[in-house]
Amino acid sequence: MKKIIELKNISKAFDGETVLDGISLDIHDNEFITLLGPSGCGKTTTLRIIGGFEYPDEGDVIFMGERINDVPPHKRHVNTVFQKYALFPHLNVFENVAFPLRERKVPKKEIQEKVEQMLKMVMLSGFADRRVNSLSGGQQQRVAIARALVNEPKVLLLDEPLGALDLKLRKDMQQELKKIQKNTGITFIFVTHDQEEALSMSDTIVVMSEGKIQQIGSPTDIYNEPVNAFVADFIGESNIVDGVMLADYRVSFAGHTFNCLDTGFGKNEPVDVVIRPEDVDIVPPEKGMLCGTVTSVTFMGVHNEAIVDIRGFKWMIQTTDPVEEGAYIGITLEPDAIHIMKKSKYSGMFGDYSSFSNELDELSNPDEGEEA
Amino acid sequence: MKTSRNTQMAGTYRAALAPYSVWSFLFVLVPLIFIAYYAFTDNSFSFTTENITRFFTATSNMVQEDGSTREVRTYLLIFMRSLRLAVISTLVCLLMGYPIAYIMARAGEKAQKTMVTLIMIPMWMNFLIRTYAWMTILQDTGIINGILGKFGISPIHIIGTETAVIIGMVYDYFPYMVLPIYSILAKLDGKLLEAARDLGCGTLSVLRRVVFPLSLPGVISGMTMVLIPSISTFYISQKLGNGKFFLIGDAIEGQYVANNLHFAAAIAFILMLILLVGMTVMKYVTTRYVYGGE
Amino acid sequence: MKLSAKIYSAIIFGFLFAPILVLIVFSFNEAKSLSVFSGVSLKWYQELFRDKNTLEAVKNTLVLAASATAISTVMGTMAAVGINKLRSKWYRAAMNTVTDIPMSNPDIITGISLMLMFVFVGRLFGASTSLNFFTMLIAHITFCTPYVILQVLPKLQQMDKSLHEAAMDLGCTPMRAFLKVEIPEIMPGIITGAIMAFTLSLDDFVISYFTSGNGFETLPIRIYGMTKKTVTPKMYALATIIFLVTLSLLLISNFVDNEDQARLRQARKEKKGKKD
Repeated sequence: MKKIIELKNISKAFDGETVLDGISLDIHDNEFITLLGPSGCGKTTTLRIIGGFEYPDEGDVIFMGERINDVPPHKRHVNTVFQKYALFPHLNVFENVAFPLRERKVPKKEIQEKVEQMLKMVMLSGFADRRVNSLSGGQQQRVAIARALVNEPKVLLLDEPLGALDLKLRKDMQQELKKIQKNTGITFIFVTHDQEEALSMSDTIVVMSEGKIQQIGSPTDIYNEPVNAFVADFIGESNIVDGVMLADYRVSFAGHTFNCLDTGFGKNEPVDVVIRPEDVDIVPPEKGMLCGTVTSVTFMGVHNEAIVDIRGFKWMIQTTDPVEEGAYIGITLEPDAIHIMKKSKYSGMFGDYSSFSNELDELSNPDEGEEA
Repeated sequence: MKTSRNTQMAGTYRAALAPYSVWSFLFVLVPLIFIAYYAFTDNSFSFTTENITRFFTATSNMVQEDGSTREVRTYLLIFMRSLRLAVISTLVCLLMGYPIAYIMARAGEKAQKTMVTLIMIPMWMNFLIRTYAWMTILQDTGIINGILGKFGISPIHIIGTETAVIIGMVYDYFPYMVLPIYSILAKLDGKLLEAARDLGCGTLSVLRRVVFPLSLPGVISGMTMVLIPSISTFYISQKLGNGKFFLIGDAIEGQYVANNLHFAAAIAFILMLILLVGMTVMKYVTTRYVYGGE
Repeated sequence: MKLSAKIYSAIIFGFLFAPILVLIVFSFNEAKSLSVFSGVSLKWYQELFRDKNTLEAVKNTLVLAASATAISTVMGTMAAVGINKLRSKWYRAAMNTVTDIPMSNPDIITGISLMLMFVFVGRLFGASTSLNFFTMLIAHITFCTPYVILQVLPKLQQMDKSLHEAAMDLGCTPMRAFLKVEIPEIMPGIITGAIMAFTLSLDDFVISYFTSGNGFETLPIRIYGMTKKTVTPKMYALATIIFLVTLSLLLISNFVDNEDQARLRQARKEKKGKKD
């Protein structure tokens, strides 16, 4: 696949505070790429640098082989769907979509055709004369997409475009966006803090934290092979335990030695061990590799979510079997349930569920992804 | 920031602001300096503090009610009188205006609109004419006495009294009191009142403990907007006070007409300074006690 | 509304409108009396329209108000745009303060201060009278512009910041984005600001009084001059006309406002009806 955008070692600071710290990233033609991370991680700034609204302090932005650091937004072949849509309130739906065409002095007849075609694509035919303020959130979203696509950009930037929609609508729009991306063949660069959204839509996910790229990969790579504790914790649920790599395929943690599939670590190297909650099997205590007491059980619909105290470390375990609070249980781990990561600066910060509650989780992951 | 377009745009914005910056420097700040300059110079523009001293020391004889005369410090007396009348007018405006602002804020949407318009209509009329109308009404041969005369009541003498001046001030500046209070009260969340009731407040108690404290910013801006023009007026006292109640504004205007620009400037300078101090204290007190400090 | 509230409102509005009503009624009085109505006549109106000086003053007032409004609206809007983008805290505070001064200072001080400067500068150039139409114009622009800024600035602050970026994203240069997107957005503020500037200028007496001269007389100054001597019902006729003009202006602007509100309500209704 052809590279369409290259970011080379980009840094950016606002008022002396580093927001981006040496970001390098290749974006390919026809790709759905997602910048994922908590608020303040620099994902929106990266997007704004590509859009031309911010300029990097250091590094280069290359667009189809050309350096575009100093090209203003209106001369770039990229368009943006803004977080709160940024529809022009003084114009109706038709005129909003026609806005970029009129700016380019496209003949009237062609404008008519193109706008109608776009509105049809986003399923808003018949809404042309409506005022944008009279539309629902989902409809405004579609107008914003139509407006951004009418210029046939090479790349579409989407800044948390689904953040303002309710859950059901969000799911529908995810499908629809993916469909539009497939049909038009335009590269989508999508910014979100919602890991589920990222996993379900993207070809490539770029996980960011503190102005740095933590990992780039396909959704399955990122989920199955996180590179460090931050990524493991941010994408899905994980138990992250301190361990020691005894030899290739042998790791010791929680007072027990396990077989695993990982190689290439030094002898007796301290490591982080990731175990996804759904990969843990519950067995009677006498058969368990590890044993512990269930401290709480939450019914989640499809499965039960149990917090189990194993030698003072709280594990999260998802199981479809019934479990009871206070029960003493054993667990077993298959070799492919164990993923080993090198120690990083995030070691020890994540992956312990001792203070876990769903509510806290939501609080620490606020819905607005706004960055400077 | 070494971002090329950002600085270029910032340049455009600064250019847009430039005419106004220059304008307000030349025609707002420099003229204020001229007040000070004139206040501290004599006719040949050499430095003197005489104008300022004159404000504090000039004396004249005032005829008292019993016919005897008393020596008074002319301008201090005038200033205190201005302050007293302005404060009385402001309080009267507040007492009359607060209830109507509250009634307006609680009225239906349509009634609110109509009432706001009605309050504003007199504001749109020239205040000279408004004052003039009261002159007609209050004159010894005016409407009030005309009506009283029909009932055989002997005419009352209002024009040329302090009461007439206060009526004029209240009438002219009343809307300035009502509108700021109204706009705060209208925005007040009805849920707060319900909450207060829910927590056991009676109607009066809701007013005293919830509505009034929340409306204080409006009350204060209303009071400022009435106090400042009242304290500095010269037309109202001339027309309704028959020129008998010289106010600080009259003093300035009189010196201007007599072409004593330096002394006029000195009075204006002192008035400005006093108001500045007063307003600063008020601002400090409000931010400290009304908004609970910073 | 409770009965007591109704009664209270009636008293207050009676207090507000009784004097105006008196003026209107007595403007049609046949006699010169201020207390006895002796018959309907239009003679005071006829006399008013024969008064060349008053008519001249009306013309002057309108010319002055129109010029002051045009200049202060343009300068004030530009200033608001600039202030909105100011990064320097110090500069912003300075601009807020100078904008506040003409609004919070008593008119008499604004008037005196400008007059002193004009007189002083005039002296430097050896002019015997330095006050004229232009000094008044400067004064009016000075006290009108802050009100324009005060109307436009909040509109700019409320505006979605990304609208400007969206316009550039869709192919506008920064300047075109401003003209095509931001100006229409802040238009209501600009219009209200202009209306305020116009009425303030029409209405101003105190500042005009100190900065006028050289035979250039506005209506408020003329009224002041007329009321210095004996009261004549000609003034009532003038007051009535002014009242009717301001009333109709107010009703028109209210009507425009209502239309706008109605459109908004309509939009909201449509939205409610067609939820996704």
